Amino acid sequence: MTRHEPLDLKKAEISGGVATDRRHDSAHKHVTGEAVYIDDMAEPAGTLHAYLGLSAVAHGVIRSMDLDAVAAAPGVVTVLNHQDVPGTNDISPTGLNDEPIFTPDRVQFLGQPVFAVIAETREQARRACTLARIEYEELPALIDIAQAGEDARLVTKPLTLQRGSVGLALRAAPRRVSGRIRVGGQDHFYLEGQIAFAMPGEDQDVTVHSSTQHPSEVQHMVAHALGAPSHAVTVEVRRMGGGFGGKETQANLFAAVAAIAAKKTGRPVKIRPDRDDDMTATGKRHDFLIDYDVGFDEEGRILGVDFTYSARCGFSADLSGPVTDRALFHCDNTYYYPSVRAVSRPLYTNTVSNTAFRGFGGPQGMLGAERIIDEVAFALGRDPLEIRKRNLYGETDRNVTPYHQTVEDSEAAHVIEELEISAGYADRRREIAEFNERSPIVKRGIALTPVKFGISFTATHFNQAGALVHVYTDGSIHLNHGGTEMGQGLYVKVAQIVAEEFQVDIEQVKITATTTGKVPNTSATAASSGSDLNGMAAQNAARQIKDRLIDFATGQYEVPKEQIEFLPGRVRVGNQEIPFAELVRQAYMARVQLSAAGFYKTPKIHWDRDKGKGRPFYYFAYGAACSEVSVDTLTGEYVIERTDILHETGRSLNRAIDIGQIEGGFIQGMGWLTTEELVWDDKGRLRTHAPSTYKIPLASDRPKIFNVELADWGENREKTVHRSKAVGEPPFMLAMSVLHALSDAVASVAGHKICPRLDAPATPERVLMAVERLRAEG
Amino acid sequence: MPKTRHQIRFLLNDRDVSLADVTPDETLLDYLRLRRRLTGTKEGCAEGDCGACTVLVGRIAGDELLYEAVNACIRFLGSLDGCHVVTVEHLKRTDGTLHPVQQALVDHHGSQCGFCTPGFVMSLYALWMRSPQPGDQAIDKALQGNLCRCTGYEPIVKAARAIAGYGAPQADPLHGERARVRARLSALADGSRVEIGEGANRLLVPSDVDDLAEILQAEPNATIVAGSTDVGLWVTKFMRNIAPAVFIGGLGALRAIEEDAASITFGAGVSYSDAFSVLSGRIPPLGRLIDRIGGDQVRNMGTIGGNIANGSPIGDMPPPLIALGGSLTLRKGDTRRTIALEDYFIDYGKQDRAPGEFVEKIHVPLPDPDARFAVWKVSKRRDEDITAVLGAFNVTVRDGSVAQARIAYGGMAATPRRAKAVEAALVGRPWSQETVDAALAAYEADFTPISDMRASAEYRMMAAKNLLRRFHLATSGGAMPLEVARYEVA
Repeated sequence: MTRHEPLDLKKAEISGGVATDRRHDSAHKHVTGEAVYIDDMAEPAGTLHAYLGLSAVAHGVIRSMDLDAVAAAPGVVTVLNHQDVPGTNDISPTGLNDEPIFTPDRVQFLGQPVFAVIAETREQARRACTLARIEYEELPALIDIAQAGEDARLVTKPLTLQRGSVGLALRAAPRRVSGRIRVGGQDHFYLEGQIAFAMPGEDQDVTVHSSTQHPSEVQHMVAHALGAPSHAVTVEVRRMGGGFGGKETQANLFAAVAAIAAKKTGRPVKIRPDRDDDMTATGKRHDFLIDYDVGFDEEGRILGVDFTYSARCGFSADLSGPVTDRALFHCDNTYYYPSVRAVSRPLYTNTVSNTAFRGFGGPQGMLGAERIIDEVAFALGRDPLEIRKRNLYGETDRNVTPYHQTVEDSEAAHVIEELEISAGYADRRREIAEFNERSPIVKRGIALTPVKFGISFTATHFNQAGALVHVYTDGSIHLNHGGTEMGQGLYVKVAQIVAEEFQVDIEQVKITATTTGKVPNTSATAASSGSDLNGMAAQNAARQIKDRLIDFATGQYEVPKEQIEFLPGRVRVGNQEIPFAELVRQAYMARVQLSAAGFYKTPKIHWDRDKGKGRPFYYFAYGAACSEVSVDTLTGEYVIERTDILHETGRSLNRAIDIGQIEGGFIQGMGWLTTEELVWDDKGRLRTHAPSTYKIPLASDRPKIFNVELADWGENREKTVHRSKAVGEPPFMLAMSVLHALSDAVASVAGHKICPRLDAPATPERVLMAVERLRAEG
Repeated sequence: MPKTRHQIRFLLNDRDVSLADVTPDETLLDYLRLRRRLTGTKEGCAEGDCGACTVLVGRIAGDELLYEAVNACIRFLGSLDGCHVVTVEHLKRTDGTLHPVQQALVDHHGSQCGFCTPGFVMSLYALWMRSPQPGDQAIDKALQGNLCRCTGYEPIVKAARAIAGYGAPQADPLHGERARVRARLSALADGSRVEIGEGANRLLVPSDVDDLAEILQAEPNATIVAGSTDVGLWVTKFMRNIAPAVFIGGLGALRAIEEDAASITFGAGVSYSDAFSVLSGRIPPLGRLIDRIGGDQVRNMGTIGGNIANGSPIGDMPPPLIALGGSLTLRKGDTRRTIALEDYFIDYGKQDRAPGEFVEKIHVPLPDPDARFAVWKVSKRRDEDITAVLGAFNVTVRDGSVAQARIAYGGMAATPRRAKAVEAALVGRPWSQETVDAALAAYEADFTPISDMRASAEYRMMAAKNLLRRFHLATSGGAMPLEVARYEVA
């Protein structure tokens, strides 16, 4: 009764299953320009364009606002301000009601949205914005956290992590050093800026195309702003032109304005700020001041650490609570502190509200750890790598984190050990010393730094995901899930998982745009969790359908379950093999449901923030990098001579995609720590608001020699999807090796006897100033 | 007076375009995206820095049809008369086969979010056309004007190295079309002046340099637009009204380069890229400097004359040209005058150029055979960054003593300026460490730099002094490395 197709039956494996180097699903559309981003969508007739009017002072009260000239400008259809928000004028993601869409009276940072112009063309809206006459009564503004006093205002509740008695440990320690590191922020510089396109529908309905990592949150924010139920709002995201955390909450504003305007005018409305407004009006990575006090013994063993992490949060909480929490969660990196206290200070400032950015506070947290390693090493005249290794978490003891989670693996030591050999660390350190001996101007430096990054949202309830899978009667498969595609390759990874599950070629799996109408109540695609969560949810959906197909086949062919097996393109049922599509057709005829909603929640995790105790992370991702630099001690200019990376991805779902994340994350981290400098003037004006002044890495900034390897020894010890590990954020912090290599080169001018205390970003200017300081002190 | 035409005409991919409704400030990018719905070309920054809007512009240069990568975001439609615009949509074959550049990027995982990708495709396409098997240095250079935030560039560079294996430029459709395109473009060059719009809101493309002089006589306050790498931003960033605008980029006579044994004379419209081809051989330090100005897209558009004429204190060409004793020919109507370049810069935003006058030529004397000449640019990021400090040194040492010294800096004052007190502290003294150390004190007399987002005053001063120390070390022998570089200086 079944027609066998020989080709199918011989097939040894499917194309695009898990653990294959499948290319990005949109690659061919990226290169041809056919991939549709929101600004590329065909505009329905009557589409209007919105543009934001931003405040011109950092802190003040609006005394008067004359928008007559704005309203009268060519092409202007309407002007919106806080009075035009039909629902709640708030887009604070944590519900603190501290972030208005349009500020009603008080301006809290320079660049805060005050009004919006809706016009026939974007250019008309943009030009009309400049015609506003707003008078402010200026108030004192706090721009820089270095100026924040002891009693400074916080945007959210701080966190304390504590284990042991730090005071005692520090007092008893044979050696003790205290100091401060300043860590700069970072603009996301996603190539596609913020954008939203709202189509009004019937009743209260609106559909919003938003460049967001968090469609469900955009849905909720738009609903609140409109005073409509969530079911009236559909948010769709096919792809973003980069996100990096910058579109986790920051898309809310634009979506809300577009939706309000669309409902008010009854016409489609698109909003796209220019790059300067995007950089001025949307949040960035938090910059931190980290104060530390570390006690240690003569062998370089850390005995106690006291950390205070002060962060510039901006005018509202946004995600500053969880970001500063995650900084504390990573104040240990891979190191065991017998006694530790770490306190966060999420400071209110009159600057844009800082937000999520790849690593989410983790990178800043780790720099505190790596700085104290440097301090210990220089105080004792040892190689920092020796001090790093001496303080690693133990396997059976010395393995409890400052948040009381036990580190159950010992990957850090393994990764460091392998990389130290493969990168030839010891020989190169000798060669570098010899080079520096004979080179008075150009100095070289090397550093090997590890990374341990906790995987899971620390807000436990976010660790859930949904997916929707349909199998059509021709055997083709429709895949949808709550994760968003920002370039990281999530869509293709999840499609691989589904293809693997059904044992069909990936070409048979249709990847579809993320939409709140198909999978509800999703979490942000963030915290590196995209594949872990959505991959599992999709696998769950696929397995439900598979189980039904198996049940069907069991009954239909009267064979036991154990004799049914999904082979590439076909299903073995007892002694016969049936093409997948044929079995599906038969199941349909027998009225088997071929659609399923999948679900997943991460097991094992819990977190009690008030007590500072729990298991916030399901597992840790590890890696290490060794970088070598050359520094010009006359100008502070430098080049990265070589970087070797060994990064651990568990059983990789897609090595090509994972290596792309590692390379890209490293270079982005390198930019953060080297040339990307955010400069606000004393008026609170961001002076680096475009690529002409804000310098992300170029191709010619990458290491001259760049070796990236995946640690191939392992699978995830936890039961993640196909035992893979998250890879979005962890590699970002591999770039710490560059900062510490620069520090090492600087240290050479004073015989490695003084800690350079090189702050980030280590621009040529900071490097030169550090060289000068060491020369003066040395 | 030449005959006047009221349309601009160019080729767009495989179509002839004739437009009578063009405003002086309409950009190519807006035209492509909004009017033609060619949305493969993206806007990332609207200031010529990120390269997401990269397209090719073909023009007839001498006997050649030359395709160059440019930034569509700051390129005005008015500057495209007689050109061939090629966008990413033109690359894929009608049967769906990807172009070699595209396939190489796909196979090497060169895209992640994909937003920058069409721009990279076009930059690599331009590179492949002129250099099918480029080395890493050429690849890096070709990508200086393209930002990618996802990949870290490694897979893009790997793709660039591999393109040759996917096909040869001779098989490229654009190659096959060359003869036809050249004929079309030649036919478009009818010697007309182009004039579109009314009154002050006019767009003008002169038929030749004499016509330019005449137009500027009549419209002395017109905006002269050459490469538009600066004027483009007046529009996209500041929404300034540039009308009436006169587009001079297509004037062949302004793109001429004349050479003799002792000097080079550049027409004011010579692009950095064209200047590079001459300077890299004859004054190598200037070639290396040009490599660090903008990206290829900017170097293909931006002009030596524009870099000088706009009077920026951080323009990169003026300090070395001042150090070399360069001069300018300015023209108003039929009247010409020649002045020392250093005298052109009067104060911040103020130059010695009368209304209706334009820079016609730049004369650059070669360094004396026995002089040491060096230029160093210091910036936050090595490539495609605006200068923090730039020092140019032209010093002749005879019998161990400094016979002459011309030293000029950018980024240290409101204008590019000579360090005359420093020069005075050197001339007549032995070229020694002691002399240099003593001269460092003179910097305070010459300069009071400012602090801004690029650098602090303190750093500028320190780096400026250290460049003199580097120059001394570099001219005093010794094999030690004196600067860091990605590639060895040839």
